[in-house]
Formats: sequence, structure tokens, C-alpha cells
Amino acid sequence: MLGKLTWADIPFDNPIEMGAVLFMGGVVAVVLGLVTWYRQWPYLWREWLTSVDHKKIGVMYILLALVMLLRGFSDAIMMRAQQAIAHDGAPGYLPPHHYDQIFTAHGVIMIFFMAMPFMIGLMNIAVPLQIGARDVAFPFLNSVSFWLTAVSVGLVNISLAIGEFAQTGWLAYPPLSELQYSPGVGVDYYIWSLQISGIGTLLTGINFFVTILKMRAPGMNYMKMPVFVWTALCTNVLIMAAFPILTVTLGLLTLDRYLGMHFFTNDAGGNQMMYVNLIWAWGHPEVYILILPAFGVFSEVVATFSKKHLFGYAAMVYATISITVLSFVVWLHHFFTMGSGANVNAFFGITTMIIAIPTGVKVFNWLFTIFRGRVEFHTPILWTIGFMVTFTIGGMTGVLLAVPGADYVLHNSLFLIAHFHNVIIGGVLFGYVAGFNYWFPKAFGFKLNETIGKWSFWFWLSGFYVAFMPLYVLGFMGMTRRMNHYDNPAWTPWLEVAAVGACMILVGIVLQVTQIVVSIRQREALRDWTGDPWGGRTLEWSTSSPPPFYNFAVTPHVHALDEFCDAKERGRIAKHTGAYEDIHMPRNTPAGLFIAVFAAIMGFALIWHIWWMAAFGFLAMVTTFIVRSCNDDIDYYVPASEVARIEGEHERAVALSLANARVAAAVRA
Amino acid sequence: MDATHESLAAHPEHGEHHGPGPNTVFGFWLYLMTDCILFATLFAAFAVARHQFADGPSGHDIFDLKYVGVETLLLLVSSCTYGLAMLDAYRNRTSGLVLWMGITFLLGLGFIGMEVNEFSHLVAEGHGPDQSAFLSAFFTLVGTHGLHVTCGLIWMVVLMSQILIKKNGISGPYMNRLMCLSLFWHFLDIVWICVFTFVYLMGVQ
Repeated sequence: MLGKLTWADIPFDNPIEMGAVLFMGGVVAVVLGLVTWYRQWPYLWREWLTSVDHKKIGVMYILLALVMLLRGFSDAIMMRAQQAIAHDGAPGYLPPHHYDQIFTAHGVIMIFFMAMPFMIGLMNIAVPLQIGARDVAFPFLNSVSFWLTAVSVGLVNISLAIGEFAQTGWLAYPPLSELQYSPGVGVDYYIWSLQISGIGTLLTGINFFVTILKMRAPGMNYMKMPVFVWTALCTNVLIMAAFPILTVTLGLLTLDRYLGMHFFTNDAGGNQMMYVNLIWAWGHPEVYILILPAFGVFSEVVATFSKKHLFGYAAMVYATISITVLSFVVWLHHFFTMGSGANVNAFFGITTMIIAIPTGVKVFNWLFTIFRGRVEFHTPILWTIGFMVTFTIGGMTGVLLAVPGADYVLHNSLFLIAHFHNVIIGGVLFGYVAGFNYWFPKAFGFKLNETIGKWSFWFWLSGFYVAFMPLYVLGFMGMTRRMNHYDNPAWTPWLEVAAVGACMILVGIVLQVTQIVVSIRQREALRDWTGDPWGGRTLEWSTSSPPPFYNFAVTPHVHALDEFCDAKERGRIAKHTGAYEDIHMPRNTPAGLFIAVFAAIMGFALIWHIWWMAAFGFLAMVTTFIVRSCNDDIDYYVPASEVARIEGEHERAVALSLANARVAAAVRA
Repeated sequence: MDATHESLAAHPEHGEHHGPGPNTVFGFWLYLMTDCILFATLFAAFAVARHQFADGPSGHDIFDLKYVGVETLLLLVSSCTYGLAMLDAYRNRTSGLVLWMGITFLLGLGFIGMEVNEFSHLVAEGHGPDQSAFLSAFFTLVGTHGLHVTCGLIWMVVLMSQILIKKNGISGPYMNRLMCLSLFWHFLDIVWICVFTFVYLMGVQ
């Protein structure tokens, strides 16, 4: 009846896991309880759960990412603690089978369920506004994408309470991930959570590609698109080209595990290196899927806060496109040690080094944008400058690893760990946090507290260096990755320093949470009525904050790159006086939420071999989709009078706040 | 949102921005390109495994080209009949559309039936997908194509039922869906031609 699932699969005997389960369960219960107590379910259902509004979906994506940042970071600090104490015969506090799950979960969560939702969330909030559109091309699919990601996060977290997670490392290389060596459900949790969220990501890729190509405001040709839109476009191309490969790779592993096939097994002609090649043919583009939008954020931030147009816009665009293309011809550098021969390794070594060129072009563009600018040191620009220094160091160690000879020495050592954290934290994470601070006032109508934001930045930055620079040294000293315990006393001091660094990052994260809480409490003081708190350059700052659900009462016409800045400088901003037109908008629908919940039921059932439940989940999913396709009433027109009413209300609120501010100033004087 | 908002049904001329429109067909075409990469990956896996027989049979031992030839013929003819269905759709002739679509459906069903028959015979003879890497790759590649065709068949039934039940001719959104299904069906034909060539024709040598 319940497949492989029994009471014994709940880890009652593991106090750390049970503690985490109780804590998470408690938090979920408190949140649900509060929503019920304040009778907010109808509001939540109407305005969020069933919403197809890209801004709300973006906010939910980022909320998901922040929660998973906490989960992924807990894994990280547990590993640092384990390695700081498990030396010279001491076993530490994490037994190997638990430790292996932790480093696997850390990688999977940080890449798939922290970075990806964060990136897609920023894209959701910013891209339609930057191109002057009212929504994405397929708002319903956008909701499906989000919920598929959200339920996958649910599956990963359920693995903590029921069963186990994979103990294979974040890419689940066979033959270790085959049934023979991983007979438990850990790898199955891995497979199905990634498959379900991967479908969501693929749909997002198609959705935003069509949005950017087909829904730009009149006059915005390709070379007038904001750089963030360009990087989002390239990222979506990469998603469309790379994610099907991940789907197939995981699918083949699934067939090996469920139907006894022989794609990657040791016997009957299976070939494990095929898996490694396939997973990196997705995995390397994935790295650029994450970093390109971060580059986009930095480009927006650096131009806005330097009060100058971006230096070398065209070069930035071409560099982005080059990186997009090159990202598909470097995958083999992840396993030079496969032994494919000197010529093959040399080819991939050289292509890898070539990628450093367009990236270098970008760094110089940002530097020259700052040069002779009047830089305003708000929180986002601090993250940007921190990125430029940190990412350059990470880039240089990357070029070092691109030398096949050097890679043979450093492969799978902590030098590699230090390198990719150097570029992923220093590049991806810093970029997303910069974007978070930059666009927060657009999404919510008030700024984040800058004092706490800056403190958080300094703890993150210094904590990063203290935590990861020692790992470069340890790599040279021969320490390999994923070690549960070790007996080389020379490593211990460096690992203790790294643990201190992790604690400093912890302070940074606590400050980030504090920043959000304090800012919400101070929201009236931090309110921005103008819609343009930073002196922005692109269209998203030309509408109110938060924007009305239709984004723009009148579709903007674009005449220049940095259209809003150009309009301000030339005095082209005129108050809208004419009549408004009816606005065509999509209706909300719970179908996306239902489809995803049924997908999760199917995934959970497949993990535990509960076949009847899997069939139910699948059929329910298909039926929901068909029922939805029978509904022809999926959109409506907002009457012009309604638009006029909303716009009028906003204007009155702005006028009132300005008058109040004048009175307050007069009283102070 | 609420009842004061007019329903779109009253605006037949709607829509440059959302939902049914040229964006749908373009988006679906992009989806097909991603599907193309999915099949390309499966072909690559097949290329790696195609000589890994592991003491099991080779393609020469198990493929019957005449049988597969008939299968191929069914699928290719079904593409033509779908084309004829689309011609009737453009002329807004529901009866002709349903007739040709029905024939397309039967041809597709015949193709799937033959494939299932081929697979079940192989499994019955002990040459299931768990015997060798070659057979794993064969069953997976051909089976994935078969699953796509099955989805197409289900889609056909749903779309026909919707058009017949609504009885208001072939309106904008349904024309778009017919167009998407048309792209899908022809795409599967092209994939099958590659399967026929690389798996069957090159497999029997």
C-alpha cells in the first residue's frame, strides 16, 4: 500500500535531524497558525497563491530563495564545524552517512533552490518593467513554473523528515548513484526534486525569451534594451539549450535505477563517463545561467550609482553573447582527469581561458563606468565593488585550473572548492543581493535600511575571505573535498580559521534578516513616493512603487538607451493628460498551484514506489491541465475608468505625502 | 478580478499582449526546439551505446525492416492527413477537420500499436531494456518518441472534443492550438525519420 515507506524511515534516532525537522515544522506551523489567526487565507489565496502577476511571482521566488539560503547555510556551517573538530582520531559530531547527505544537500540547495529561484525572481520583478510590458508572455505558465519550483523545495525538505537525501555529492555521479551502491531513497529524492523544478525552469526560459523578443515597448530595439534584459535574454537561451540535457541525463539515471537499464552501470556495457559528460554539458552552461543575470544587475547598479551611462554598452552586449556561446564548449574542464588525451584537454583548456576575455572586458567596462563618476555609496554599489575585487581573484584561480597539467594536481582538492565559492559567492550571490537591495523599493514601495545593509555587506565580504582563502592553501597542502575526518594536524589551524569565517558570514546573514524586519517596521520612514528612489535610468523607475498590477497606465515609447534617464534630462516627462485606454490583463488561476501539488504527489510516490499514488498524481496533473485548457475566460479588460481611478488615487497619495513632508519641514524649521 | 471587469469573450478582436496570439505559436515552436535538444541528447546516448551488446543481440538480430517500414509509412501518411485537416481548419469547415483529424488519429494509433507490439515481442524473447546498454538506449530513444506520439494522440482527442462541444466554429485560440499540434506532429515525423535512419537502417548493417 505504501511501497517502501515504513515508520523506520523517519530518523527518530538522529537528534540533529529530528531537531531540524521539529524546528522547520514549528516554523511552518507558526506561519500557518498566524495566517489562520488573522484570517488572511482569502487574501493569501486571492492575491498570492493564485496570482499570475509577474511581480508577485517574483517576490514569492525570492522569498523561497531566502528561506533556502538559511537551510543551505546551516548545512555549510555544520560542515565547517565538523572539519574543524574531526581531526587526529576524533570522529566529530556528524557520522559519515549524515555528513555525506549534508554536503550533497548543501550543493543541491544552494544551486537549484537558492540561486535559481533568486535569479528567476529578480528576472520576474525587473524584466517586464524594464521593457515596458504589462506582464510576461505566458502568465499562467509563469505561475506553473513557480509552483513546480516551490513543491520541489518541499520534496527536498521532506527528505529530512522521511527517509534520507542523496549521499553522492551534488551531481550524483554513477556508479555511486546507481541502485547497486545507493539502494536507499536519497538519490530518488534528488532525481525527482530536480526533474520537477527543472521542468519549471525550462518553461521559465521559454516564457522570458518570448517576453523579451515579442513584448518590448514600441521603439525599444535590441540595442536600446537595458543590459539586465540582455543578460536575462542570454540566460534564457542557455536555459532552453541546457535544461533538456539535464532532463535526459536524470531520466537515464532514473531508468537505470527503476527499470534496471544499463546506461551508466559497471556491467552490461554501461558507461559512467557518459553521465559525467552529459551532466556537465548542462552543468557548465548552468554556471553562466546563474552569473549572467548577476552581471546584468552589476551593470544597472554601477551606471545608476555612478550617475553615468554604462561605459561600453555595445561591448557589454557582445561580451555577454560571447560568453553565452563559449559556455557550451568548455564542459570537459570539469574532468580533465578522465584521460581523454592531451589534445582534447588542450582544446578545452584553451576554450576555458578564452572565456576569461569577454569577462575581463566586462570588468573593465564597470571600472570605466565608475571612473570619473560621482559614485553614491548606497548598499547595492558596495556589493558591486566587493564583487569586482572578489570575482577577479576567483577568475584568476579559474584560469589557473584551466591548465590541464595544474588541474591534475588540484582536481577535487579544496583549491577547487575555494575557486568556485569565490566566483559563486563573490559573483552570483553578491549580484543577487545587490539586485535585491536595488529593486526592493520598486517591488514594495519603501527602501531597505541602509545602515544594517552595509554592516551585512562588510560581514559577508570579510567572512568570505576568512572562510575561503584558507581553502586555497589547504588545496595546495593536498586536502581533498568532502572529507568527514582526517589525520593531518597541519590542516587543522586553517580549517579552524575557515570555521571562524563561516561564523562571520552567519553574522552577515543574521543582519540581512534583521535588515528586512527592521525595514518593514520603519517602512513609513523609508517610503518612496516618487517611484524613482535612486535616480534610475531605465523604464522600471518611471512607474510608481510598487507598480499598479498593469505596470504602466500608458505604454511607454522608447527613444533612447536608458530611456527614463534620457526623458528626465531632456524634460520629456509630461503628466498624462489624455484619456486612458482599456487594459488587457490575464485572470488569476489556481491551476498552476494544483498542477504543481499533483506533480509533488507523483514525485513523492515515485520516490517511495507507491505506484497507485504516482498514477493518481500523474492523472490528476494531466486532468487539471486539460480542464484549464477548456476555460476560454482567461483574460479580461480593465476599463479605462478603473485605470483613471487607480492613477488618480496614486497621484493624490503622492501629493498628500509631499504636502505632509513640507509641513513637517516647516515645523522643524 | 471582479464582475465589473468585462469578459474578454465580448472582444473577439482582442489582444496584442496576452494569451492566445502569435506568441503562443512562437513559444510552442521554441518548446519544440528544446524538445529537439532532448532528442539530440538521446541520440548521443544511443551513439555511445550502440555497439555495447554485452552478449545480447545486435540490431541485425532483432530488427525487421519491413515491419518498421510499414510503421514509418503510417506515420508519414498521418502527417499528410494532418495537413489536409489544417486546410479544412483554415476554411473553417469543422466536419472536414474532424474527418481528417480522425484519420490522422487512427494512423497514429496504428503506429503506436505496432511499436508496442514490437517492444512486447522483444521483451517476451528476453531482449528487454535491461539486457544490454544497446537495448537500454534503443528502448529509451524509440520509446520516448512513442510517448510523444501518444501525447499527440491524447491532445488530438481533447482538441477535437473541445471544438465539437463548443460548436462555435474554429475560433482564434483553437486555431492556434491546431497550429501548435500541427507543428508537434510534423516535428515527431522528422524525429522518426532520424530514428528510422540511425537506429534501424544503420542498425541492421
